[in-house]
Amino acid sequence: MNILWLQSAGCGGCTMSLLCAEDPNLFDTLADAGISFLWHPSFSLETGAEARRLLEAVERGEVPLDVLCVEGSVVTGPKGTGRFHMLAGTGRAMLDWVRALAPLAGQVVAVGSCAAFGGMTAAGGNPAGAIGLQYDGEHAGGALAPDFRARGGLPVVNVAGCPTHPAWVTETLLMLAEDGLGAADLDRYARPRFYADHLVHHGCTKNEFYEYKASARSLSEMGCMMEHLGCVGTQAVGDCNIRPWNGEGSCTRGNYPCIACTAPEFEEPGHTYTETPTIAGIPVGLPSDMPKAWFMALASLSKAATPKRIDVNAHSDRIRVAPGSRRRGS
Amino acid sequence: MSERQILVGPFNRVEGDLEVRLDVADGAVRAAHVNSPLFRGFEMMLTGRDPRDALTITPRICGICSVSQSAAAALALAGAGGAAMPEQGALAAALLHGAENMADHVTHFALFFMPDFCRPVYADRSWHGRVLARFTAGEGSGARAMVEARSHLLHIAGTLGGKWPHTLAIQPGGMTRAPDARDRMQIRKTLRAFRRVLERELFGAQIEEFAALDGIAALEGWRTGDAGLFLEIAGDLGLSALGRGPGRYLSAGAYPLEGGRVTRAGVWEAGAVRPFDPGEIAEDLSHAWMLGAAAHPAAGVTVPDEDMSDPGYSWCKAPRLGGATVEVGALARQAVDGHPLAQALAAEGGVRARVAARLLEVARLQLWLEDWAAQLDPGARFMADWTVPGEGAGTGLVEAARGTLGHWLRIEGGQIAGYQIVAPTTWNFSPRDTGGVPGPLEAALEGCPVSAGEETPVSVQHVVRSFDPCMVCTVH
Repeated sequence: MNILWLQSAGCGGCTMSLLCAEDPNLFDTLADAGISFLWHPSFSLETGAEARRLLEAVERGEVPLDVLCVEGSVVTGPKGTGRFHMLAGTGRAMLDWVRALAPLAGQVVAVGSCAAFGGMTAAGGNPAGAIGLQYDGEHAGGALAPDFRARGGLPVVNVAGCPTHPAWVTETLLMLAEDGLGAADLDRYARPRFYADHLVHHGCTKNEFYEYKASARSLSEMGCMMEHLGCVGTQAVGDCNIRPWNGEGSCTRGNYPCIACTAPEFEEPGHTYTETPTIAGIPVGLPSDMPKAWFMALASLSKAATPKRIDVNAHSDRIRVAPGSRRRGS
Repeated sequence: MSERQILVGPFNRVEGDLEVRLDVADGAVRAAHVNSPLFRGFEMMLTGRDPRDALTITPRICGICSVSQSAAAALALAGAGGAAMPEQGALAAALLHGAENMADHVTHFALFFMPDFCRPVYADRSWHGRVLARFTAGEGSGARAMVEARSHLLHIAGTLGGKWPHTLAIQPGGMTRAPDARDRMQIRKTLRAFRRVLERELFGAQIEEFAALDGIAALEGWRTGDAGLFLEIAGDLGLSALGRGPGRYLSAGAYPLEGGRVTRAGVWEAGAVRPFDPGEIAEDLSHAWMLGAAAHPAAGVTVPDEDMSDPGYSWCKAPRLGGATVEVGALARQAVDGHPLAQALAAEGGVRARVAARLLEVARLQLWLEDWAAQLDPGARFMADWTVPGEGAGTGLVEAARGTLGHWLRIEGGQIAGYQIVAPTTWNFSPRDTGGVPGPLEAALEGCPVSAGEETPVSVQHVVRSFDPCMVCTVH
């Protein structure tokens, strides 16, 4: 299976994250599965005229394209021309290249939330007119139409994340290579379900604090960050705390809130990222599939029942009170 | 006299998209125009937001210098609000930032720079077989070893920063996560393993020996490891004389710790170092697709020229220091810091100098990282209280892998009223200014040899990649 990888309007961080693939390293992971790059902007030798000739040959259909990976949003500005990103050396907007090449690909993969939905590049007033490949934020239809299907029959596969976990990308590619990713394996935003059916909350090391609503009030306190610090790990899809990042990390393990970077429009939560908005003292954005009254009742009960150990540790930057023995209680 | 124009692009194995237009006459580049073809508008996105949002947004300018961006934003916010990190918070931030810079350096060497010597044009060289074995794109044993070592090294980022890239761990008041005794041991273990790879693959000797090289003669005597291979190639191809920069080097000083910055700040020119005054910076817009007048970044604005009108040819502004171009990066940082080898290399100023100085920095940085990890105190405070100011202005100057990065922030009424960023490659790959003076890369490309029929001159590729450009940071 060959891959043509284009870097559109993004930060390149999904490629940099992909290079963190381990056991084995990225190059072995792909080579062992028979996956090769026709061209990748960070890895391939071909530059300039050599790369242009390859792109042209793909466009003419002379080189069959199995998978087109696009990293970064597609910018449409200024005035719908896409000239905020002309693919160097080609005199053509990336918008134009993406539309030309996508129908030729066996499958199209949007790598990262920018390519999927517009992502951070669409923040603020979206000065560059950034959109995703098949979505514009939450709305279907981006650089490609809502009914776009690649030759292999799938819509754009949205490996969303900011950045993407290296294994989300490699596993998607490995599944495509053995024809093991079908429409039923994608969620409502066409994200692979193998990671999008999980919540960041699953496996969160702060779960004991969450159970008692023992909440951190400022960044560096160990408590749960949902009530005050903007954490939306109970709603955000991703297996970040099941299979951690860069060894043993994740955002919540780094002690800062999950901002749902796998979701469309995460870049504009409508409030400061690290603050939970409240209405009449009740945090907005409770777990989406739990009745609010139940949540409030349970929260007030568990708050009242919070053991001292958990209360102290929640408001500390490290464990101050160790778990006690069963006999003495804690 | 034969004249022609060459458009080089897409220019890959740089971070982001790059286009270089070359006027070639009599077998050499007569003039070069460097275009950063992507505009996203991060400075515009930040305006009107809660100042704290800069800590989430600015790292996402760049996936390779992400921690640098967050460190600069945290410093700018701290300056605006009078916050300061506790001693250990600054140390942990330096470890996280240093791990990123180290990862960037080895990525550049193994994946971006060395593969060019695998080109068939060099098939008759005595070293070609060895470089093919080590650095064939995506396959070479050296590339594989470094990619693997890099992902293990970045476990430090997982431990201290949650993930890499795009961490929110660095705050104006310190670090969100207080490392414990186990974290400290994990980090030390990771660094020992990384040293083993550096010594086995890159240097073929103890890193202390490379860090102690004191001049060009000592450097040219280095034979071992991939560093030795590069130096052999550089000698054979005359890379010391290729792609000389402006000869002025800027560093803001790297890694702010309690006792000051680990490397000195200053401007190196002709063997002498003078103080760096950020007040001397102005961004010239004459050849950028940007509207407005030249301004200091504290007063600057970002208004793209949607008509992309002449004489603009790039989205990149042209920062100048006291009206002059300066080069930034590992060579600048090490020369300004006074390392004897780096000073000799700064005088040389070409492709070899940039790459050798980066290797020197790899060796020195490894020693610093080990030292900082040993100093980590799991009992200390890593975060001080900090509240976002309603009014204020701040500057955050840091050293990214690729050189000096500055954030200039203004807060009014609790919101960001102005945010300007000057990134390393903004300096190095800037377009011409009002006086028609080409940017550092543009000047370095003048005179590069181009053989008849060459479409993508290999000399130009060596020079461009020797700067280790980050194009996504450049325009942001």
